[in-house]
Amino acid sequence: MTVFLWVILPYLCLAVFAVGHVWRYRYDKFGWTTRSSQLYEDRLLRLGSPLFHFGMLGVVGGHVIGLLIPRSWTEAVGIDDHLYHYAAVGGGLVAGFMALVGMVILIYRRRTVGPVFSATTVMDKVMYAFLAAAIVLGMWNTIAGSIFSLGGEYNYREGVSVWYRSFLAFQPDAELMAAAPIGFQLHALVAFGLFALWPFTRLVHVFSAPLGYVTRPYIVYRSRDDRPLGNAATRRGWDRVG
Amino acid sequence: MRVMAQMAMVMNLDKCIGCHTCSVTCKQAWTNRTGMEYVWFNNVETRPGLGYPRTYEDQDEWQGGWVRKLNGRLDLRAGGRWKKLFTIFSNPKLPSIEDYYEPWTYDYETLLSSPQTDTFPVARPKSLISGKNMSVEWSANWDDDLGGSQEHAARDVMLKGIEDKVKLEFEETFMFYLPRICEHCLNPSCAASCPSGAIYKREEDGIVLVDQDRCRGWRMCVSGCPYKKVYFNHKTGKAEKCTFCYPRIEVGIPTVCSETCVGRLRYIGLMLYDADAVLEAAAVEDEHALYEAQRAVFLDPRDPEVERSALAAGIEADWIEAAKKSPVLRLITDYKVALPLHPEYRTMPMVWYIPPLSPVVDVVRETGVDAEDRSNLFAAIDTLRIPVEYLANLFTAGDVEPVTGVLKKLAAMRSYMRDINLGREPDASIPAAVGMTEEEMYEMFRLLAIAKYADRYVIPPAHAEQAHALEELATDCSVDFDAAGSYYDQALLGEGAGYPTPVAVENFRMLQDRQTADTVASPGDKSSRVNLLNWDGKGTPEGLFPSREDGGDR
Repeated sequence: MTVFLWVILPYLCLAVFAVGHVWRYRYDKFGWTTRSSQLYEDRLLRLGSPLFHFGMLGVVGGHVIGLLIPRSWTEAVGIDDHLYHYAAVGGGLVAGFMALVGMVILIYRRRTVGPVFSATTVMDKVMYAFLAAAIVLGMWNTIAGSIFSLGGEYNYREGVSVWYRSFLAFQPDAELMAAAPIGFQLHALVAFGLFALWPFTRLVHVFSAPLGYVTRPYIVYRSRDDRPLGNAATRRGWDRVG
Repeated sequence: MRVMAQMAMVMNLDKCIGCHTCSVTCKQAWTNRTGMEYVWFNNVETRPGLGYPRTYEDQDEWQGGWVRKLNGRLDLRAGGRWKKLFTIFSNPKLPSIEDYYEPWTYDYETLLSSPQTDTFPVARPKSLISGKNMSVEWSANWDDDLGGSQEHAARDVMLKGIEDKVKLEFEETFMFYLPRICEHCLNPSCAASCPSGAIYKREEDGIVLVDQDRCRGWRMCVSGCPYKKVYFNHKTGKAEKCTFCYPRIEVGIPTVCSETCVGRLRYIGLMLYDADAVLEAAAVEDEHALYEAQRAVFLDPRDPEVERSALAAGIEADWIEAAKKSPVLRLITDYKVALPLHPEYRTMPMVWYIPPLSPVVDVVRETGVDAEDRSNLFAAIDTLRIPVEYLANLFTAGDVEPVTGVLKKLAAMRSYMRDINLGREPDASIPAAVGMTEEEMYEMFRLLAIAKYADRYVIPPAHAEQAHALEELATDCSVDFDAAGSYYDQALLGEGAGYPTPVAVENFRMLQDRQTADTVASPGDKSSRVNLLNWDGKGTPEGLFPSREDGGDR
C-alpha cells in the first residue's frame, strides 16, 4: 500500500500530467484558454481573481522553496531552522490566506452569478473540488501543524521534501511519506490528483503565462505562407512544395 | 524604405441610407454562433449617437489606442507591458456585457403551443447569456435614427466642446450613418496589447487577424482597441474580430459587407505604404497633423522609384498594377476626399471615410435657398460650424480645415454636375475653386456617383499557384476531415474545443441540415443558417430565399 500510494500513484499522475499536456496541446490548441468569464461579471472578479492568482503565485513559490531546496543549503547561507520557520509560516499564511479568500469569492461568484454558473463545465467543478481541498489541507497543515503543533512536531523538510526530491530523482523513498502526518499525506494525494486532472482543465492556461510579451516587439507581422491557406489544414505527407 | 501592401477600404457616407444590410450579412457570415450573439464585426451607428459599445470613443474611460509620451515615443494608453502583465488577472478596462447589450431571443414556443385564450399569448424575451427571462433595455442600435436622442445622442463623446451649440439648435438637428468595421490599422494597438502575440498583421495584405490557436483569452486586445472592434467570444474564451473576409479577398472578391451594400458606398483597393515610416508618423506631436502624417506614409505606386522598391520587397507585379488602379488610392491621395476615423488614436486606421455633405445640404435646404448652388453651399460650409466641427471631431481630431476642404469638393461636384445634367455649359471655375481640373472632377463624379462594380473593387487575388488551397475545393478526400469537436470534447473542455470546422464542410453540413430538418430553423441548431461567406452574389444558394409556393425555382 505504501508503495502504491507514494510511488506508483504519484508517478502515474505525473505521467498523465506530462502526456496529457502534450496531447492537449497537439489536439486542442483552440480549447487552450483561460475561459475568462469577466464579460459576464466584473465586480466580484476584480476583487477575487487577483487575490487568488497572486496568492497562488506566492503559494507555488513557497512550495518550490520548501520542497526543492534542501535544508542543508539554507543552513549553509546562515538561515537557521527558527528563522526559516518564521519566514515560511509567515509567507505561507499570507499567500495561502489570499488564495483561500480569493477562491471563496470566486466560487461564490461562480455559484451565484447565473451566466458564470451556466458556463461552468463538469471538469471545472471537479477541478475546483480538488483545488479547494488542496488549499484547505495546505492551510490546515500550516496552521495546525506548524503553529499549534497538533499531533506532535513534524519538520516536513526532513520528511516530505526529501521524499519529493527522491521522487523527482526517480529513486522514491516511500517510507518517508508513510511516516508523515495524515494532513501532509492527504495534501500530497489531493495535489497529485490535481496534477492528473490538470491537462484536461482550464488550468492549462498556467503554461501560457505570457512572459514573452515583455521582450517581443509590439506589432507582430506574419506571412500568410506559414500556415495552410484557406482554412483547410494541410494533411500529413502533403506538405507544400517550396 | 520598406514597401508593404495594405488592403484598405473607403466608405462614402453621403450614400449610406442606414439600412444595416452590411451588418446583417456580416453577422450571417461570421458571427451567427453561440458566444458571438452580441458581436457585430460590422455595425452601423447613427451619429450623433453613442455608438457600439456605448461611448466607446471616450478614451479617458476606456483607455484604448496609443498615447504620445513626453519623450516623443508611443505607448499604449492603458499602460505598457509590465502593467498589462500585472493586471492580467482582472482586466480593469474591459467593457462588460452591459456596455454592449445582453443578447436575447424570444420564447416562440409559447405562441405555437398556446391553447385558445381570450388574450394574446406573449413570446417573452429570454436572455441568450443566462437563459432567463429578461427585460430588453438596450441593443446594438437602440439609438438608431436619433431615437431617444435627447437622452442618448446628447451623451455622444464627440459632442464634447460643442454641446452648447448643438443643444441650442437641436431643432435643426442633423444626423448621418457611420458604418464601422475593424480598421486594420497600420499600427494596431490590439496586436500590441496581446500578451500572447496571437494578433498579427499579415505581411501580404495587412489584414489584422487573431490566431485562434494562439489566443489564450487574456482579453487585453478588447481594451487595447480604441474602436472596440475586437470582441471576446464568451463561449470559446477567445478573441475574435473582423477578418476583412480574407477568404473572399484572397480569391479576389470583395468583403460580404461591401458586396451586399445597397448604397454601393464601399470601395476596396490596395494602398502601398512605407512600413518604416509608420511609427514616426503615428508619434507626431500635433494631433491635427496626424491626418497629413498618415497620408505621407502612403507611397504612390505610379512612381517608378516606388514600383522598383515594391518589386524588390517581394510584392508581385499584378499587385502593383492593382495598387495603381486602386479606388482607395484615388480617393485618399488624388482627390483627397477620404479621411481616417479618429486619427488621434494614433493607430493609423485603414478604413477611411468620405464625410457626408448631406447634413449641410439639409440645413441649407431648410432655409429655403437653393441647396445645390455652389456659393450657397460654400457659405454654409464656412458658417455652419456644428456639423463641420462634429465631423472634424470624428475624422481629423477636431481640425476643421481638411473637413471643410472635402465638403467644398463634394459641394463643387454637385453644382458642376448639375450644369452638365441640365444641359448647360459646364462651369470650369467650379472645379478650379477647389483646386481640381474639370477632367478630375468628372472622374471623381464617376467614381463616387456612378460607382461601377469594377471601379469600386480592385482586389488582386492571391496567387494562382495557391488557388487550390484557397478555394478549399472539395477535391480533397472528404474522409480526411473527421468530425472533430464532438460532443465529448465540448462537455469536457468547453464549447469550441477541437479543430475549427473548415468553411466548406460547415456549409455542406448546414445545407444538409436545412434539407432534412422539419422546422424552418431550429434555434438549438446553430449550423442550420445560410452562410453568406461563400456567396459571391451570383445565383441563389439553397435556403437563402424561401422556395416558391409551386415549388419552382427562382
